[in-house]
Amino acid sequence: MATPEVTPLPALDFDLRSDSVRELNSRLHAVQSVGRVGRVGSVGSVGGVGSVGSVGQVGGVGGVGRVRIANPEGRHAIAVGLDAAYDVEIDGHVGYYCAGMNQHATVRVHGNCGVGVAENMMSGSVIVEGSASQAAGATARGGLLVIHGDASARCAISLKGADVVVRGSIGHMGAFMAQKGCLVVCGDAGEALGDSLYEARLYVRGAVAGLGADCVRKEMRPEHHEQLLGLLAQAEIDVDPAEFSRYGSARQLYNFTVDNVGVY
Amino acid sequence: MCGIAGLYTKNDALRSQLGEHLARMLGQLSFRGPDSAGVAFYRDPAPDGWCKISLHSAAAAPDWTGLGVELVGVFADAALTGVRATHAVFVVAADAEPVQSWLAQAHPELTLMSAGATIEIYKEAGPPADFVQRFALDQITGSHALGHTRMATESRVTTEHSHPFSTGLDLCLVHNGSLSNHNRLRRSLRREGIRIQTDNDSEVAAGYLTWRLRQGATLEQALEGCLDDLDGFYTFAVGTADGFAVLRDPIACKPAVMAETDEWVAMASEYRAIAVLPGAQDAVTWEPEPGRVYSWGTALVA
Repeated sequence: MATPEVTPLPALDFDLRSDSVRELNSRLHAVQSVGRVGRVGSVGSVGGVGSVGSVGQVGGVGGVGRVRIANPEGRHAIAVGLDAAYDVEIDGHVGYYCAGMNQHATVRVHGNCGVGVAENMMSGSVIVEGSASQAAGATARGGLLVIHGDASARCAISLKGADVVVRGSIGHMGAFMAQKGCLVVCGDAGEALGDSLYEARLYVRGAVAGLGADCVRKEMRPEHHEQLLGLLAQAEIDVDPAEFSRYGSARQLYNFTVDNVGVY
Repeated sequence: MCGIAGLYTKNDALRSQLGEHLARMLGQLSFRGPDSAGVAFYRDPAPDGWCKISLHSAAAAPDWTGLGVELVGVFADAALTGVRATHAVFVVAADAEPVQSWLAQAHPELTLMSAGATIEIYKEAGPPADFVQRFALDQITGSHALGHTRMATESRVTTEHSHPFSTGLDLCLVHNGSLSNHNRLRRSLRREGIRIQTDNDSEVAAGYLTWRLRQGATLEQALEGCLDDLDGFYTFAVGTADGFAVLRDPIACKPAVMAETDEWVAMASEYRAIAVLPGAQDAVTWEPEPGRVYSWGTALVA
């Protein structure tokens, strides 16, 4: 069987003082991966960009398309909906929803992010050199979000399988209703951490201002130590996993307690 | 959704460009509030023993010069210092209180926008870009300023419903958010003698601050009182003669970004409104914590 023809991803430069965000995103959307995350070289892939192996791993047959974005100046929705193994560098602070819905791409922000960075990410990775505003990594299903500064309120809210690693501290209501995936906080966590948590795992190195409903501190077993070690290595953060505590769901809200019937 | 902006200058060069910078900030926030826009500038202090008042007229061709003559007749002295679109600013050789009372009686058709020694408030319904142009915002100098772009959710779109709201001498408030206990609070504030002109929720927050300050609270205490007494969502910026203060509600649903350089301090609903300022890329930039009062200048000393 002949090898399918593969078009290498182009190297692209944008300056958002002259190029619009719409132009930037349309150009990047012109290339889309074939198949879904984890499905390598699906049948019928013609002229694909090269598939992506495991989640978070970029590269592939088509190589990596380097994209440089200058002067973001707080604009919203930069590099959203990418669906190819781009390696995006953004030189400056961005506005809301940067790298939302990301698949396969690696997006690095040399600055701070507004609300909802990497929201609903599916795969790939998003690295923020500065701090992130509220709802960083909201509802993200896969991939890795690394924030080297602090993240504010509702970080990893409703997390659905991605991993979020914060080098600094997070604000209140971190990992609210988080279902799957990990939130790693190397600093402190604000009030109501893990409120109404499902099966996401929370690792916090510093102080926790308060735990939300049904969130409890849990034992760090060897598998958690190992998982945390791996996440910190991926995030390139050199911190000892032994300094972290694990928090998870007490699973007391999963089922209705019949004793409470009179309350309603 | 609304947009708010505050800019405090640290040198003379920037003071001469204050309006130009605030206009650009408002431009970035116009999508957050396309209904109306408004600003408060702190500039040109009135001489000792004089007060400064900003007035709005709905008339097609208001006789501001005539009003100036009337004021000179009633008070020791007065002068018209500027007319911008539908607004005029006067300085009067008297305390603000008697001037306000006289105006309310003699000219009920005029709306008092602000009173104090340095504050000037301009606000109008309509797109922020039109406002910036009509009021020649880029020409206005001053030490610091607040701005607001409004997307109405709670009440009508009129000049009187626009921000900033005066909260007392040289004080004003801009608000992004919505309050849910404003009707009850308005009734009790009116019973306490606070004058509230509209059914706008933000004006009630301004009235609340006026009331607390009148009771002897510091601005910081009055703002902290908001955390207990106001039910709803808010990011507030409060202008004073010397600076401005910022407060977000404890849940922090409404955004706010702050930044500081050697030349200025700024706050805005979104970073892009700060990005237009000189040196923004290298400014110290952060998100204000919920439930904490921030201030610049000697905003909380008074």
